[in-house]
Amino acid sequence: MEANTKRAIKGGEFLIRETQASEIFIPEDWNEEQRMIAQTCREFLEQEVFPRLDEIDSMKDPGLMPAILDKAGALGLLGTSVPQEYGGFGMDFNTTMLVSEVFGGGHSVAVALSAHTGIGTLPILYYGNEDQKKRYIPKLATGEWKAAYCLTEPDSGSDANSGKSRATLSADGKHYIINGQKMWITNGGFADVFIVFAKIDDDKNLSAFIVEKSFGGITMNEEERKMGIKGSSTRQIFFNDCKVPVENLLSERGNGFKIAVNILNVGRIKLGAAALGGSKRSISIAIDYAKQRKQFGTEIANFGAIKHKIAEMVTRVYASEAACYRAGQNIDDAYAALIANGVAPGEARLKSLEEFAIECAIMKVHGSEVLDFVVDEGVQIFGGMGFSAEGPMDRAYRDARINRIFEGTNEINRMLTIDMLLKRAMKGHLDLMTPAMEVQKELMAIPSFGEEAEGLFVAEKRVLANAKKAGLMIAGAAVQKFMMKIADEQELLMNLADILIEIYIAESCLLRVEKVLTQKGQDAEGPLTEIAMIYLHGAMEKIAACGREAIMAFAEGDELRLMLLGLKRFTRIDPYNLKNARRKVADYAIAKGQYPF
Amino acid sequence: MKILVCISHVPDTTSRIAFTDNNTKFDTKGVQFIIGPYDDYALARAIELKESTGATVTVLNVGLAETEPTIRKALAIGADDAIRVNAEPVDSFFVAAQIAAQAKAESYDLILMGRESIDYNSGVVHALVGTMLNIPAVSPVMKLDLDGNTVKMVREIEGGTEQVEAAMPLIAGCQEPIAEWKIPNMRGIMSARTKPLKVVPPVAVESGVKLQRFELPPPKGAVKLIPPDKVEELVHLLKTEAKVL
Ligand SMILES: Cc1cc2nc3c(=O)[nH]c(=O)nc-3n(C[C@H](O)[C@H](O)[C@H](O)COP(=O)(O)OP(=O)(O)OC[C@H]3O[C@@H](n4cnc5c(N)ncnc54)[C@H](O)[C@@H]3O)c2cc1C
Repeated sequence: MEANTKRAIKGGEFLIRETQASEIFIPEDWNEEQRMIAQTCREFLEQEVFPRLDEIDSMKDPGLMPAILDKAGALGLLGTSVPQEYGGFGMDFNTTMLVSEVFGGGHSVAVALSAHTGIGTLPILYYGNEDQKKRYIPKLATGEWKAAYCLTEPDSGSDANSGKSRATLSADGKHYIINGQKMWITNGGFADVFIVFAKIDDDKNLSAFIVEKSFGGITMNEEERKMGIKGSSTRQIFFNDCKVPVENLLSERGNGFKIAVNILNVGRIKLGAAALGGSKRSISIAIDYAKQRKQFGTEIANFGAIKHKIAEMVTRVYASEAACYRAGQNIDDAYAALIANGVAPGEARLKSLEEFAIECAIMKVHGSEVLDFVVDEGVQIFGGMGFSAEGPMDRAYRDARINRIFEGTNEINRMLTIDMLLKRAMKGHLDLMTPAMEVQKELMAIPSFGEEAEGLFVAEKRVLANAKKAGLMIAGAAVQKFMMKIADEQELLMNLADILIEIYIAESCLLRVEKVLTQKGQDAEGPLTEIAMIYLHGAMEKIAACGREAIMAFAEGDELRLMLLGLKRFTRIDPYNLKNARRKVADYAIAKGQYPF
Repeated sequence: MKILVCISHVPDTTSRIAFTDNNTKFDTKGVQFIIGPYDDYALARAIELKESTGATVTVLNVGLAETEPTIRKALAIGADDAIRVNAEPVDSFFVAAQIAAQAKAESYDLILMGRESIDYNSGVVHALVGTMLNIPAVSPVMKLDLDGNTVKMVREIEGGTEQVEAAMPLIAGCQEPIAEWKIPNMRGIMSARTKPLKVVPPVAVESGVKLQRFELPPPKGAVKLIPPDKVEELVHLLKTEAKVL
């Protein structure tokens, strides 16, 4: 097995550099301990959660969810991200993503758990001072205390910095008095600790506070009645002269929005991981049904139309998984590099996540949309039984939907990816200019086919390199045209985001397959090349469509024609029999009777 | 008190079963291996006894290096140390002889194992070890409690249960509901790799049984559905087609 060849990689850099298969982490690289942790999470779900999904969703017993969290806490599963000195297990980031993935199959419990361990605990862990960390983290890591995160308000959702909640210093200077209304607060019904965002006096920016329920001045509405994740507690919370000791201001005054944004980076990529878990579970359930259900004298799994669905479901999850842990490892590597340079752990965590904020947003969007695709096709495979409220797909379908909404809607995240990319280019952090200019030159020149490289997937890598050129060509022209006003061209930003996302995922998928084939050779199991080809073809089609749409939206005359020609050239891909490839992938998954990787 | 728990390394219950080498070898490709589910009950009860009495728990497996992840899972669940007898577990007699040899060297008060492994299901290892060590062997045990040096057990028997007692040392082949399966916790998982896992060579054993070949059950044929009001037709088909009457 060849060692990972590592070098400090920058966030977003994938667009302008060719990554080697040996550089990326792939799920096949999980070690025994990581696999054991994942297995523990699986056994926990099987024992404590799957047998009582209806009971959990009925919300009849408000003590049930906290009791389930307590059991997870007793197994140490709430403290995987928490360093040992604060009562946790100090796992690296990718391992904590693996935990999120497996729990992601846990429906409402997945949401409760991730809100507690993620947005509930991490603000204190990353931004708290020593005293705050000592007071809260050990209790949160064991689950003795449960946490919630209060950012959203009735009039402040996507525009998170616009909240009206206020904090004012008491006359004696010992307390902040918080007043305001928060909405959609996960775990609100049973949380002991709330991370509350509010503006101090007439500040422009939010500040963040650690608020204990026992401080008083906290009331809440009944549980929200929701489309899905019905067993997860979601409340409106009112703060009426809630007295918070000044020591409980988190970080500095006015730093709240930054905290909110940075914590969401973690939340986003972990949501991407959790979506994998939900997707895999639904795929396995759908395959199981397709193998049993007979129509026209045969199992429906034997029909090409059903195989097509199964192959697409499996392929997209495989690709998303490749990208998710590739990014996770980049974050871990960046963290290690910062630590080696003497940066404190909390700050190193934040910086490493911030560096890969683009990838975090990409994984949130892709993971949640793959999940929605999977549950939708899952319902379809089940036919009428898919629509039955008593079948397993009903819950999967409803529960999946929230993922495109929270942790920043997918629209907001799409815009963020491009916004961050352009900001980095402007700051000189990422050199997009040089490659974009080169693409311009190449557009005018006669196409050259370059030297023949050697190795696996040479042609496919050229396709990807060209896809990147297409992205740079369009983004470059759009920026020149609109300059700072590009933010108003949301449709264009959406197109560019989709191009960026597809490039990242298709590349990750191809590199994962290449790495497995390189490591295992003949012993590699499954139709891997087919998976890489299916994903790549789909991605190129999407890139071509989005590119065309984007170009037509702003270019005219000769420029329009030239760019459309360029796009055609940069999105060209040799024919491949995708039908046969999908059949192979589906047959493999059907024989395994589950998501097969 | 010293407890020895013998665990088998078996395919997950949902594995697809296939054979290679002229149907003489189980095809392990792509198969997930686990602690034998009955052994897992035995281990869970041992850990409970460890918690209530301070006993030490050693796990033992007869197997080649690939069984170590399974052994480390037992350590993660809470066993204190482990022994791997470095040999392919060819048959029950061979395995029992290895366990007996190890048990002779260390005098264990209790030797627990599953009532059977779920791969070859011979279900005789506990009895064989009992004979080899000349101590009582009881199976299948659904409940096991200590009362001083006496072990009180409930056995499952045809149509009912049986309560038995025996003095330690003793061997029990366990089954549910003797204890609830334990999920390894994070602390256990992280300490598993630092717990002692001793690899010992097997003792020489002459095995009397030789495996000829495996055969999968024939695939299920097509099913004919006869409406309930056509009993005559059913009888006719059973006589003429199925030839079972
Ligand atoms: C079940 C559930 C649990 C939640 N848990 C929590 C929690 O624990 N803590 C917490 O603080 N919040 C939580 N939320 C809130 C969640 O984060 C918000 O609902 C989300 O950020 C969207 O805000 P909004 O609902 O106000 O929608 P809006 O912001 O009103 O968005 C409505 C639509 O407009 C689009 N839109 C908004 N702004 C723009 C723009 N600038 N450009 C283009 N399109 C735009 C959106 O993409 C969306 O399609 C939860 C929500 C739900 C439903």
